[in-house]
Amino acid sequence: MKNSFAIKLWLVQRLSGMLLGLFVIIHLMTMIIAIQGGVTAGEILERTSGNFLLGAFYSVFAIAAAVHGSIGLRTVAQEVIGWRGRSMNLAAVCFCALLCAMGLFAVSGLVL
Amino acid sequence: MKANHDKKEYWASFVQRWSGVVLALFLPAHFIVLSQSLLGEQALNGFLHWADMPVVKIAEAGLVGLLTVHLLGGLRILLIEFLSWGEWQSWMIIVAAGGAFSSGCLFLMRAF
Repeated sequence: MKNSFAIKLWLVQRLSGMLLGLFVIIHLMTMIIAIQGGVTAGEILERTSGNFLLGAFYSVFAIAAAVHGSIGLRTVAQEVIGWRGRSMNLAAVCFCALLCAMGLFAVSGLVL
Repeated sequence: MKANHDKKEYWASFVQRWSGVVLALFLPAHFIVLSQSLLGEQALNGFLHWADMPVVKIAEAGLVGLLTVHLLGGLRILLIEFLSWGEWQSWMIIVAAGGAFSSGCLFLMRAF
């Protein structure tokens, strides 16, 4: 049972990683292009306000990053500090939920 | 583990793990900054003005480098896990290190 849960987490980690790979390439290119000459809030909001495609992209990006990051931190917590059991799983789920909420909140501020 | 410290694969794994931890812990701060737009353009501009300091730009370039090394290191792991082993895969460590350094430098060049 424990092994099957570990395999599922491994699979979700890899699938979210594949998705993030694509998103991160786009994000890095956007950052490197946009940073030229500095950016202002006006410029950012001009590009993002009302752009629901961008909103959908960054919403999925934020959720994938939250899932990938939480599973990764869970693995490190297990292997480095030996934190195991229900409390560790609960902490990972809470961190994931917090990141999802914060990410979607940030996206809503930029798009809506 | 100490016996492996002279192997580049050990350091690739070390960098992959800890770059992931840094990026995951950075995410809440990133989302808080983006959420400033909910408080208005002025609030976001306040942060962007602060981010204009050279030391912040250098730190941002470090994050760009970490994101790139985690991306390329993750790609290396996926290639090892899902494809049969080829000697060319060992070059992925050098590609990841070079890519991270290049993207960080490119970001700095455009930021200043």
